[in-house]
Amino acid sequence: MPQTHPAPPLDVDVLIVGGGLVGGTLAAALAQDGVSTALIDTEDPATLTAPAHDGRASAIALAGQKVFAGTGIWPHMAGHTQPIEDIRVSDGPSLLFLHYDHRQIGTEPLGHMAENRIIREAIHARLKELEAAGKPLAWLAPARVAEIRREAGGARARLDDGRTLTARLVVAADGRGSPTRTAAGIGVRKYDYHQTGIVLTIGHEKPHQGCAFEHFLPAGPFAVLPLPDDPTEGHRSSLVWTERSRLAPAILKLPDDAFQAELESRIGDFLGAVRPLGPRFGYPLSLQHAAAYHARRLVLVGDAAHGMHPIAGQGMNMGLRDIAALAQVVVDSHRLGLDVGGAQVITDYVRWRRFDNMLMLAVTDGLNRLFSNDMALLRTARDLGMAAVDKWPDLKRLFMRHAMGQTGTLPRLMRG
Amino acid sequence: MSAISTASPEETAKFAAMADSWWDPEGKFKPLHKFNPLRIGYVRDRLAEHFGRTDRLEGETPFEGLRLLDVGCGGGLIAEPMARLGFDVTAIDAGEKNVKIAALHAEQSGVKVDYRHCLPEDLAEEGKTYDVVLILEVVEHVADLAHFLQSVGRMVRPGGALIAATLNRTAKSLVMAKFGAEYVVRWLPRGTHDWRKFVKPSELTDHMRHAGLTPGEVKGMTYHPFADSWEMTGDLSMNYIMFATKP
Ligand SMILES: Cc1cc2nc3c(=O)[nH]c(=O)nc-3n(C[C@H](O)[C@H](O)[C@H](O)COP(=O)(O)OP(=O)(O)OC[C@H]3O[C@@H](n4cnc5c(N)ncnc54)[C@H](O)[C@@H]3O)c2cc1C
Repeated sequence: MPQTHPAPPLDVDVLIVGGGLVGGTLAAALAQDGVSTALIDTEDPATLTAPAHDGRASAIALAGQKVFAGTGIWPHMAGHTQPIEDIRVSDGPSLLFLHYDHRQIGTEPLGHMAENRIIREAIHARLKELEAAGKPLAWLAPARVAEIRREAGGARARLDDGRTLTARLVVAADGRGSPTRTAAGIGVRKYDYHQTGIVLTIGHEKPHQGCAFEHFLPAGPFAVLPLPDDPTEGHRSSLVWTERSRLAPAILKLPDDAFQAELESRIGDFLGAVRPLGPRFGYPLSLQHAAAYHARRLVLVGDAAHGMHPIAGQGMNMGLRDIAALAQVVVDSHRLGLDVGGAQVITDYVRWRRFDNMLMLAVTDGLNRLFSNDMALLRTARDLGMAAVDKWPDLKRLFMRHAMGQTGTLPRLMRG
Repeated sequence: MSAISTASPEETAKFAAMADSWWDPEGKFKPLHKFNPLRIGYVRDRLAEHFGRTDRLEGETPFEGLRLLDVGCGGGLIAEPMARLGFDVTAIDAGEKNVKIAALHAEQSGVKVDYRHCLPEDLAEEGKTYDVVLILEVVEHVADLAHFLQSVGRMVRPGGALIAATLNRTAKSLVMAKFGAEYVVRWLPRGTHDWRKFVKPSELTDHMRHAGLTPGEVKGMTYHPFADSWEMTGDLSMNYIMFATKP
């Protein structure tokens, strides 16, 4: 029998491990600018977009939308997003309202809601488009990394199926549990909220008029976020119901009628009759931050670097900020023929992102602690605080701009 | 033949350590790393214009098919990027150590550069010619500038280009060199930052003309100490870069 020779390694500039919302978008950003990129995910792309895989919807901040636009992903989802015209925050029984209206800072909506499934499909469509246009993109999924060796001059990855790749830079975009981060010996600081995010889509009688509601209940925030109308299901919203983790499994398993009653008691009647559409999902919530964002020839992005409470709808948006910054330093050095995985690129990226992320983690953590609480004193303090924010337009504008992702040094991709 | 193939393993390890320090952006050549993107950007854009490759800059290897000689290559900080941009690169240095360090680093990084330990006159003797010759931060180290430019000038093919960068001999650069502004002193090997050897733009253009070259644009490269950043300017009093062609 003739001897079979192993295929020569696939050589790329950047190897991205994890093709989720963040890793997939990074692949588009790099490949469209001529940086040769390999994107690996353990899941089949079709699994990632199946209705049972991820029932979440995401609030996409204005800056995040610009990243999707700049990477050519937005046109593939534009028809399926819901502008957020208005955000109303209520604080349980005191019924004090904090009212964010986009007309206070300009004419643009505060953000857009899109189902994660829709965002994933848009990313996949863009990646296929780039492949078809002959851009230097190798999308390998399903595939699993068996081992990555990171050396002075570059990294070499071996896949489970025996294929090998060489790259100047490895990007860990493999989510909260990031095996790539663990293999590199980078620890995480973690704080468990003992809260679970119960997520589902609901149908309702009355239109939401583009308004996002956030009720701060003692167990944690309860958010009703507007989705675009569906031709068959009519008016829809996405729910994120934060519950004590102890109680969450029982709620997730409640029979339909009992679950329905729990829903109604929390939502109230402003949307008319409500009904669940599709399955319920439970996400344990924690705060975590990687001890470092880099090692030799490796950087972390998105949830692999930082996981935060979904209270402010910022997790993916911060991940998009990471990759907009990373894409910029990588593309700039690639255009100069510099080493895209060299120490300079890595330092520039880490300096740019780490502080900004720490700030956001602290803000979302503080919000959750402040609001997931039933103590009378704290309650009064925060009622007064919210009322003050509402009455102080400058402060409110600043808050809103931050929520829209428009503060700090913006990467080119975010400036639109 | 690879420049390191004749070295012993111990020697190779020693050079690997030195390569690490050459290429460490926070290490002893930090000022040079800070400065590098600016000069590479200039070299890339001017050469793309000269060779009509501007529309290819967004692609993988815009300069494919062109031969480039990097004179005084040091650790390869210019040669490697030029090779990645598609040039077929030959890089030479008078320091044997530099050449070994550079060759080792290129091998580790998977970049193809033909490194040689020789002087430009040796190559010129062999009758070699190139589309592009770079003499960046070298003329201030050269003993006989007229002779040096004759040799490098001979190696630019008709229609080709030469780019030179160096430090001007002015009151300002004298003060900087004497009182040790870190960015001037640190990138020059110890004892070689002799202000008297700095070269005025007018002297450089004269030597270029004698070597059969046509000097063109001159730009200043200015350091902003507080922002710790570099910028292309019209101020030639310190670092400057000059573009020349061969008719
Ligand atoms: C309830 C809830 C609501 C949220 N709402 C919002 C919101 O409104 N707005 C917002 O901005 N953010 C929101 N977030 C946060 C957001 O969902 C995450 O920040 C985002 O999904 C992170 O994306 P990622 O690509 O970094 O990681 P992930 O989405 O976790 O993707 C990781 C990918 O890596 C792959 N993978 C894992 N291991 C490997 C391996 N070894 N090899 C190869 N591939 C691997 C996985 O298959 C997956 O595709 C919410 C989060 C929760 C829990």
